[in-house]
Amino acid sequence: MQDNDGVLIRLENVSKSFDGEVILDHIDLEIKHNEFVTLLGPSGCGKTTTLRIIGGFVDADEGHVYFEGKKINDVPPYQRNINTVFQRYALFPHLNVYENIAFGLRLKKMSDEEIRDKVKSMLAMVNLKGFEKRSVTALSGGQQQRVAIARALVNEPRALLLDEPLSALDAKLRKDMQKELKEIQKRTGITFIFVTHDQEEALSMSDKVVVMADGRIQQIGTPVEIYNEPINAFVADFIGESNIVTGIMPRDYVVTFAGHSFQCEDAGFAPNEKVDVVVRPEDIDIVPLDQAMLTGEVTSVTFKGDYYEIIVDIDHFKWMIESTDRVNAGDIIGISIDPYEIQVMKRSEYSDTFGDYSSFSDEMDELSDPAPEEME
Amino acid sequence: MKRRSLLQRFAAAPHIAWSVLFIIIPLLFIIYYTFTDASGGFTLENLSTIASPEYLMIFLRSVMFSILATVICLLIGYPLAYRIASMKPRTQRIAIVLVMLPMWLNFLIRTYCLKILLNDQGIINTFLGNFGIEPLKLLNTSGAVIFAMVYNYLPYMILPIYTVISKMDQNLLTAAADLGCNRFQTLTKVVLPLSFSGIMSGVTMVFVPSISTFYISDAMGGRTFSLIGDTIERQFKEADNYNVGSALSLVLMILIIISMSIMNKYSDDDGGVVV
Repeated sequence: MQDNDGVLIRLENVSKSFDGEVILDHIDLEIKHNEFVTLLGPSGCGKTTTLRIIGGFVDADEGHVYFEGKKINDVPPYQRNINTVFQRYALFPHLNVYENIAFGLRLKKMSDEEIRDKVKSMLAMVNLKGFEKRSVTALSGGQQQRVAIARALVNEPRALLLDEPLSALDAKLRKDMQKELKEIQKRTGITFIFVTHDQEEALSMSDKVVVMADGRIQQIGTPVEIYNEPINAFVADFIGESNIVTGIMPRDYVVTFAGHSFQCEDAGFAPNEKVDVVVRPEDIDIVPLDQAMLTGEVTSVTFKGDYYEIIVDIDHFKWMIESTDRVNAGDIIGISIDPYEIQVMKRSEYSDTFGDYSSFSDEMDELSDPAPEEME
Repeated sequence: MKRRSLLQRFAAAPHIAWSVLFIIIPLLFIIYYTFTDASGGFTLENLSTIASPEYLMIFLRSVMFSILATVICLLIGYPLAYRIASMKPRTQRIAIVLVMLPMWLNFLIRTYCLKILLNDQGIINTFLGNFGIEPLKLLNTSGAVIFAMVYNYLPYMILPIYTVISKMDQNLLTAAADLGCNRFQTLTKVVLPLSFSGIMSGVTMVFVPSISTFYISDAMGGRTFSLIGDTIERQFKEADNYNVGSALSLVLMILIIISMSIMNKYSDDDGGVVV
């Protein structure tokens, strides 16, 4: 049954357009057994469409979809050993909690005792013991979410697709559900394919993150790889806060930006190649002026609880620094960056599309956090 | 308690006045006539008159005809409503207008047209005659009456069912497919139970006018048999017997109330859908 390399699902060269608009542009993706994979990207990046193609609800225009080594392009959803947790839960309002969960099992003509045992153990797993007779319309959002998860998992699918399942929950519940989902995934050993636009969610839950933009996969990697070694300016900007500046690599292990040459750990670029450089705000150290690599004037300081968010104007480029050191707006400060904190990236179509932090505000942050509904 | 504005308090006044004048008072008259004789004295004779086998037969026939018409409407209307709801929005609008089109035509004219169609010298028989087929007896049959009921009331079955299905959350259908339903199972296990309220309003809206109709049985049945509607009409207009007529009306009304409450018992909490 299993591929030699443990691949469960493989997308090969998959493309999809709606009304002439390209949604997916030649996607290649491998998903292994027992993996928690997250498709992460802004609205319209094609992540939901990718999920729907795997689920069988959308047909790819081009390319192949393999499941356990077999091509499944023409297999209808009800014959795929895959189940989905939908964004708005999509519970059946005419059935109670028990019957919602039993729905898939009844279609398989399972005996009543078998169904009862399975539903009971599912209810226990999602912490909804004693909810059998409740009407699903009378449940809270979090409870409905649990029923939706139980309804999908009770069928023991090889893969569970989750389409922004936590987007309708409030922040606290979301955090709890993230942990719970991760727990359930570990315990059941089922492959989870999770779609979200929330990078924090993606980083904290996944074994593997697939960052998507404009219908293409930008980067695939572990959360740590994605965060520490973004492949281009888009990934660097989308995942966490980052200062992205243009630089030059005069030779290996040296990069010049903001008028200063820095030691770095990157190599393999052409001599004097133009590059994008990422430095995370928390990786910048504030140092006395005589030890400074760069100096600049503080333009704003925001208290964030466990750190200060400091905007510094260095040569008319506004850098963001996260530090526990107290500084004041108007101060001239010095900064230093360690070689391993500098990530050098190849130039891409996304170079120069992300400016500095001069126009930074929470409102701008909201705008890059798109509405959950992606496409229909 | 929230205070109600003047407008809220009196918004229902016109309707209440209307109801009292044209529904409650006539109803009281019917009850009065039912329990009195021609001279105005109290009697139960009117009720015992209509308890005769002759009238029971008429009631039974009326119920049978309207149940048949309702079932046929449901069998034709449901698949059509389901099909329309799955069309593109633009096509849907056109299809719904087509369904409603006959309703824009006067009811009497519609029925009269049917009469012409089914006549011994009508279009159908003339057409068949071209092939040397003897004229079929289409008009003045119970089939013609039921056909006319279906023809006249079918839109009232289609519209509420269509409304419910078209408003259904498409994700539920996707979820059904995801959990292993093929198209047919999705229909029987999700769409059908969720459109129950629409079916119930459709059934009510076909059954009630069918059981009380008088013109249809008159025109299409040719007085070869009576339904409850035209029996009542004749009591008032021809026999001039308001008392028996009222008694028949009262019994019919009770019959309708009973059947409606049975239907409501099985329909959703949120009740039927009004078009």
